[in-house]
Amino acid sequence: MGEWEVVIGLETHAQLSTVSKIFSGASTAFGAAPNTQAAAVDIALPGVLPVLNRGAVERAIRFGLAVGATIAPRSVFARKNYFYPDLPKGYQISQFEIPVVQGGTIPIVSPTRGEIAVRLTRAHLEEDAGKSLHEDFHGMTGIDLNRAGTPLLEIVSEPDLRSAAEAVAYAKALHGLVRWIGICDGNMQEGSFRCDANVSVRRPGAPLGTRCEIKNLNSFRFLERAIEYEVRRQVELIEDGGTVRQETRLYDPDRNQTRAMRSKEDAQDYRYFPDPDLPPLVIDRAWVERVAAGLPELPSAMKARFEARYALPAYDATMLTQSREMGAWFEDAVRAFGGEAKTVANWMLGEVSAALNRAEIDVGAAPVGPAALAGLLKRIADGTISTKIAKEVFDAMWAGEATGDGAADAIIDRRGLRQISDEGAIEKLVDDVLAANAAIVAEFRAGKEKAFNSLVGKAMAASKGKANPAQVNAILKRKLGA
Amino acid sequence: MAADGTIAGLLRRLDAREVSAVELTRAALDRIAKANGTLNAFISVDETAALAQARAADDARAKGEAGPLAGIPIAHKDVLMTAGLPTTCGSRMLANFVAPYDAHVVAGLKRAGAVLVGKTNMDEFAMGSSNETSFFGPVRNPWDPGRVPGGSSGGSAAAVAARLVAGATGTDTGGSIRQPAALTGICGLKPTYGLCSRYGLVAYASSLDTPGPFARTALDCALMLDAMAGHDPRDSTSIDRPKESYHRALATPPADPAQPLAGLRVGLPEQYFGDGIDGEVAAAVAAALETLRRLGATTVPVSLPAVRLSIPVYYVIAPAEASSNLSRFDGVRYGHRAAAYDDLRDMYRRTRAEGFGAEVKRRILIGTYVLSHGYYDAYYLKAQQVRRLIADDFRRALATCDVIAGPTTPTPAFPLGDKTDDPVQMYLNDIFTVAANLTGLPAMSMPCGFTRDGLPVGLQLHAAHFGEARLLEVAHRYQQATDWHQRVPPGAE
Repeated sequence: MGEWEVVIGLETHAQLSTVSKIFSGASTAFGAAPNTQAAAVDIALPGVLPVLNRGAVERAIRFGLAVGATIAPRSVFARKNYFYPDLPKGYQISQFEIPVVQGGTIPIVSPTRGEIAVRLTRAHLEEDAGKSLHEDFHGMTGIDLNRAGTPLLEIVSEPDLRSAAEAVAYAKALHGLVRWIGICDGNMQEGSFRCDANVSVRRPGAPLGTRCEIKNLNSFRFLERAIEYEVRRQVELIEDGGTVRQETRLYDPDRNQTRAMRSKEDAQDYRYFPDPDLPPLVIDRAWVERVAAGLPELPSAMKARFEARYALPAYDATMLTQSREMGAWFEDAVRAFGGEAKTVANWMLGEVSAALNRAEIDVGAAPVGPAALAGLLKRIADGTISTKIAKEVFDAMWAGEATGDGAADAIIDRRGLRQISDEGAIEKLVDDVLAANAAIVAEFRAGKEKAFNSLVGKAMAASKGKANPAQVNAILKRKLGA
Repeated sequence: MAADGTIAGLLRRLDAREVSAVELTRAALDRIAKANGTLNAFISVDETAALAQARAADDARAKGEAGPLAGIPIAHKDVLMTAGLPTTCGSRMLANFVAPYDAHVVAGLKRAGAVLVGKTNMDEFAMGSSNETSFFGPVRNPWDPGRVPGGSSGGSAAAVAARLVAGATGTDTGGSIRQPAALTGICGLKPTYGLCSRYGLVAYASSLDTPGPFARTALDCALMLDAMAGHDPRDSTSIDRPKESYHRALATPPADPAQPLAGLRVGLPEQYFGDGIDGEVAAAVAAALETLRRLGATTVPVSLPAVRLSIPVYYVIAPAEASSNLSRFDGVRYGHRAAAYDDLRDMYRRTRAEGFGAEVKRRILIGTYVLSHGYYDAYYLKAQQVRRLIADDFRRALATCDVIAGPTTPTPAFPLGDKTDDPVQMYLNDIFTVAANLTGLPAMSMPCGFTRDGLPVGLQLHAAHFGEARLLEVAHRYQQATDWHQRVPPGAE
C-alpha cells in the first residue's frame, strides 16, 4: 500500500433545543409515548400550514455568529419531495439554494497537523422526519411522528479533514460548540447530534476521488471506526484494480463495517422548489445584533484569554475550553486556589479528566468541585502533603469520603496523611533504614549509585509516604557523606 | 323563498322577526332535497347540525347577540375543512374523511352566525373547469342541466344560482370562483392573495389558492367577505392589515346618484377583446361597459402583452405545487388505502391509482415532470419569471386605471362532456381568469347579460391589491342599475 491521502467532509444534524417544533406548536421533548407529540401540522392533515418557529432561527443565528459565518439577510425554505411513511407531507421542508448560515470555520487541533481551521460550507434549517418502527408489529411497520418537525440545523463542512482522527476532533469541537452556545443538548444517544461522513481517498496531489457517504453516525467512536473501515475498503478496492462507486453506505457497529445502501444511480430526484407556504426568511441586522449581544464568550476567545491571563500553553488552553462548564470550573478553581494557574490546569487535564472519563460524566456532574480541588492544591503548596499523597486524597474525595471546600483537610486528618517535615523524626527514620539495610549501604559505598534511590524508597515506605522527600534526600546524603 | 332572497334581504326579514333562522334553514334543506337529485350540487348535507345552528342563531337574535350573518343558511365548498363534517375534496381519496377542525374562513362565518347546511360538490381537489372531475359525479347548471356550471367550485355556484342557499364559499386557484359564477349568473369574488387565510383549505396550488364568496349580489359578497377576511397567524402568507368593513362601505350613497361611478377609470385590455370570444359574450360585455359609462365611468385602453402566457405559466406552476401538495395522500395516516398490496411501493401505487381521478393524476404527472432535475429551469423557473412579467403588466395598467374589465370566460356554459376529451380546450376556458391568481390581484365576476339560449354571461373586474372595496362598489352600483342578478333559473323558486 503506497501513500494515500484521505479526504473527509462531515454533514452534521444538530437538533435545536427549542421547546416546540420548527413549524408547529407540538413539544420536542424526547421519550413521549408514540404520536402524543404530533400536532395537526406534524401529521400533515389536509389544509394545515407550517408557521416558522423564530426560536429555531435565533439558534441558527447564534451558530452563524459563533463560527464567523455570514447570516443570510434573506434565505429560502424549499420542499424536498420524496415518499416515505415517516415523512407525513411527502416532502421535508429544508433550505436548498439559499441557506441561513453561509461559510464560517471551526478551529480544531489535529493530532498530526496541529491547529487548523475547518471551513464550513453552510448550515441550514430543516425539519426532522418521524420514525419507522419495524419491530413488534408482526411484519407491519409502526410510525411514530413525535420526532416529525423537530428543528434541525444541518451543518456542512468543506472536505478539509484528512483522517478519522481529524474528523472526530472536528465533530467533538462542533459538539462542544453547539452545547457551548446553548442551541443543542448534544445528546447523541437520543439522536440530537448525528453525523454523515463523506469519505474519499486519492494519491497526494491528485484530484478528489469518488466519495461515499456514510449515514447516521451517532457516536464519536462509530464515526472514527466507520471512516477507518471505509478508507481501508476504498484503498483495497483501488489497489485491487477496482473503482469506488459513488453511493450511500451504512455503518454496522456490530460487524465494524460499512455496507452499500443505495448508489448514485438510484438516488432520488427530490424535485426541490421554494415552499409556497413560507415566505422567504428575512433576518435584519437588528435581530442579528440582538442575538450577538446575548452570546456567551466563545471558546476561541476564552482560549486566547486563558493563554494570556493564566500563561497557559496553547494545548492546555484548548483542552480547558472544550466546554463552557470546563472553562468556568477551571477559573473557579484558580480563584479559590490563589496559586499557580498552571497547577490547576495540570490537575484538571490529569486527575480530574481521567476521573471524569472513567465515570463517563461531564465536569458539571463531578463529585469534586472547583473549591474542593483548590483546597487540595493548597495543601500541596504549603507542604502539608506530597503530590503523591495528594492523588490518594483526590481519589478519596472523588469517592465521597468527604465533601465541601474542606474535604481535603478532613481526609488528610482522618487518614493521618500530613507530611512529616520534622527534621529529628526524619533523621530517626533514616537511621533505622541505614541500620536495617547494611548490605545496600555497602553497595552504595562500593560505588553503586542506584543503591541511594533504593534507600530513599525504603525511608519513604517506612514513613508510609508521608516523609518530606526532599528532607529524606538531604539527610540521607549527609549521613552517607555523599 | 320570497322575491328578495339575498343575504341582505334575509337579514332584514330576520331582524324584523318576519322569519326565523330555523324556518330559513328548513326551507333551504327542503329546496336542496328537491333540487339536488338533478343538480348534484351538494356532496353532504347535515340537517341536524344545521337546525341546531339555526336555533342557536334565533336564540342569539332574541338576546340581541346576533352576529352579522346570524341565521343565514350557507354552504361550503368541500375543499374547506369543517369540524365534524365530511370534507372530501370531491375525491375518492377523502370520500370518508371527516375534518377534525374548521378552516379559518369556515370559523369566521360560523362566528358571524351563518348556518352551514352542507358541503358542495367540486372538481376533484379543485382541478377542473367544469365540475366533471368530481368523484361524486358532475354538477349541472341550473340554467340548463345539460350544461356544466363551471368549476372547480361548481357545486357552490349552482347552489347559489338555483337559490338553494343565499351564499356559499368557493376557492379560486385559476378562476374556480369567477368562472362558475359567470356560467351560473351570480357574483363570485376572488380576494387578494393573503386577505383570506388558507388555513383549512386543502391545498391544490398554494401560491394561487384563494378562498372567496359566492352570492347573487355584490352587497352579499361584501357581507360574506367581512366574515372571511382577516389576518391569521396560522397562515404565513396571510397579510396583517387593518380590517375593513366591505358592506358598510357600500352603504355610503354616491355624491351624484345619477353618475355613481363618476371618476372611475375602467381599463380595457386589448388582449381581453380579441379573437376567440363568443359573439354573444362579447355583446353582453360591450353592453355592460356601456352601462358603466352611463353611470359615469370612463373607459381607457390598456395593454397586458404577457397575459397571453397566463395559461402555460399556470399549467406549470399549479401542477408543480399540486404534485407536492398531494403527496400527503399516501394511504399511511388517513384517507383511502388500497385493500391489498405487496409492499410499500405497491401500497403507494395502488392507493394513489385508486384514490385519484384522471385529471388529478395528469396534473401530478405534469408537476412532477416540470420540477424534475434538468427540467426545473426550463419550466418552473421560467414560469416564475413570466409570472413576474404578467404582474408587471398589471401594475403598469393599474397605474392608468382603477379597474380592469373584460369577459370572465370566452364562452357561456358548455354542454357536459364537451371538453372532457380535450384538456387543453378545457384549460383555455380559464384564459381570462388565471392572471388574477398569478398576480395575487383581487377580481370578481358579476352577471351582465344572457345569451339567446338563456345562458348567463359574466363581466370580470380586476383591481389593485386589496382593492376589494373598489370592485364591490363598482359591481354594487352596476347591480343597482341592472337586474341581471335578479333573473331566476327555470325551476328555481
